[in-house]
Amino acid sequence: MPEMNVIERDGGSSGQATILIVDDEFAVRDSLTHWFHKDGHIVHAAESATEALKMLQNHHIDVALLDIKMPGMDGMELQGRIHTIDPELAVIMITAFASVDTAIRALKQGAFDYVTKPIDPDELSHLVSKALEQNRLRKENTRLRDRMDDLVKPETIIGESAPIRKVLELINHVSKSDATVLILGASGTGKELIARAVHANSSRRYFPIVPVNCGALPNDLLESELFGHEKGAFTGAQQRRKGRLEMADGGTLFLDEIGAINPKTQVDLLRVLETKEFTRVGGSRPVRVDFRVICATNENLIQAVQDGRFREDFYYRINVFTIEAPSLRDRMSDVPLLAAHILGRLSLQMDKRMQGFTPEAMELLMEYGWPGNVRELGNAIERAMVVGSPPLIRAEDLPLRKSTDFARAAGSSLADVEKNHILDVLEREGWNITKAAETLKIDRVTVYNKIKKYGLGQAANH
Amino acid sequence: METLQLVPIYCGQPPAILERLTIRLEHAFGLRVERHNPTFDPEIAFDRTRSQYNSRLFLAQLLRDRPADAGRVLGLTGLDLFIPVLSYVFGEAQLNGRVAVVSTHRLDNQLYGLSPAPDLLFDRMCKESIHELGHTYNLVHCHDGTCVMASSTTVDAIDMKSEHFCDECRRLLESHELRRKNG
Repeated sequence: MPEMNVIERDGGSSGQATILIVDDEFAVRDSLTHWFHKDGHIVHAAESATEALKMLQNHHIDVALLDIKMPGMDGMELQGRIHTIDPELAVIMITAFASVDTAIRALKQGAFDYVTKPIDPDELSHLVSKALEQNRLRKENTRLRDRMDDLVKPETIIGESAPIRKVLELINHVSKSDATVLILGASGTGKELIARAVHANSSRRYFPIVPVNCGALPNDLLESELFGHEKGAFTGAQQRRKGRLEMADGGTLFLDEIGAINPKTQVDLLRVLETKEFTRVGGSRPVRVDFRVICATNENLIQAVQDGRFREDFYYRINVFTIEAPSLRDRMSDVPLLAAHILGRLSLQMDKRMQGFTPEAMELLMEYGWPGNVRELGNAIERAMVVGSPPLIRAEDLPLRKSTDFARAAGSSLADVEKNHILDVLEREGWNITKAAETLKIDRVTVYNKIKKYGLGQAANH
Repeated sequence: METLQLVPIYCGQPPAILERLTIRLEHAFGLRVERHNPTFDPEIAFDRTRSQYNSRLFLAQLLRDRPADAGRVLGLTGLDLFIPVLSYVFGEAQLNGRVAVVSTHRLDNQLYGLSPAPDLLFDRMCKESIHELGHTYNLVHCHDGTCVMASSTTVDAIDMKSEHFCDECRRLLESHELRRKNG
């Protein structure tokens, strides 16, 4: 029989794939090769399993058609080998008899499908198209997941100190589970960043993380914010609104400042955490949700429980796995890394090419006490970026004073000690008078009077 | 002008139908179609176990018997064709070659228990003939479902497409011919 010329179409076709045919019969290899060439595919043919394995080493294959009955290594064994080498390669088995046993065995081994000889051309075309479509979808899925991973990647937690390495270890550990996490730490230590890192490393990462700042909302509004409401539930509820619990379905609910929740909402939330079911404000139909809970607070919750401000049962429900966010003071060795990272981010944002810090500026950053933690460091660098000029941030650009100056200015009289203590608390609480008053255990009016008396102010601190 | 030899092999089609097919093929490819009788015994391609005819053997015979000065050759048969491993084929062609063969056996409605439909059978015969000859111009299956080069493994799929080349296949066909003429 004259040799049949087979030349690929110029430039190939859009659906061109590479197909491997393994059969010991020349007529079968020849027929199928010719058949798939007419579809515009690239075809490799092997007369034995050994030859096929060699071809697989040298060529990328999209679909393989294997005859089950071959001398030496048969199609079933070859399929097993191929599955080990490339589990994503779609393998279609060719069998002379419609044997259910063989088919089941092949499918269990990971074959895409099987066909019986003689093969119906329509079935063959359909099967190969289906296998190629599955390959395309798998690749697209991988590409989309990679893209999603990039999109959901949280801001990096910067640091190499022992306390931050411990935090990273805990994040890595707890992310694999669905356990409720309680993040403790002072204001500005990056509790939300830790929560986002736990979420981003968990299996829920393709669903949203929904943050709720419990301290920022009055209690009645918080309830509606969390649970949502039905139309007409209260004045102004003109339509049904989904709450944060529903928004977090499949993902993570991040409850920041959990210590600020009143006991009634604590009871309601406790019930939701137990049953994963709730009703919207003004509604009667239960809504089922599935989310992970991460809570954060800068309060001493044990003290709050003892004071009767926080329910003990709720505390034990949320305190399953604790991560303590270290204060910046406890990881001063991370300051240069953090400062460089923040500077790089702000340089891009503000389009101002600051290259680094003068030795004096860095010395100041290393000596300062950072009561407002990383947030304060970020704010200080941002302010220095505004007032300073490239290429380096100088000590005088930073809104800080050396602790030695502070000590000298502090004096040792009772008034000096009181003034400095109040200033310290105000800075730690971000100049939130209510919180400062709570910490100092005095009323807000007294805090204002002390500020006035000692001439304190945010500018004074700078 | 290049010639196409139309070789009826137990074709079963009346001369008037073959004449109409000749006109269609001349129009589709700009060829001069001549009719020739087969110079081989078709039974050499018969497979007793399958009661079908091996289309690859027909292609081989047509290629061997093709006169040196002939252009392309199209065998047209009423016999049921197969290629080893596949249960049937409507036709077969040498990709980027000279010979093709088409069977009307499975194009006939009567095979599927339906009433005879001579016009439909003729349309299908034209489409498959143009399709298989298209392969000899190095055209592969087209993703445009209306193009005559769209893959069709059922008569329904043949009926869905037209007997015309899509713009892209027409362009490839013409550039193939241009390259051939320019050597």
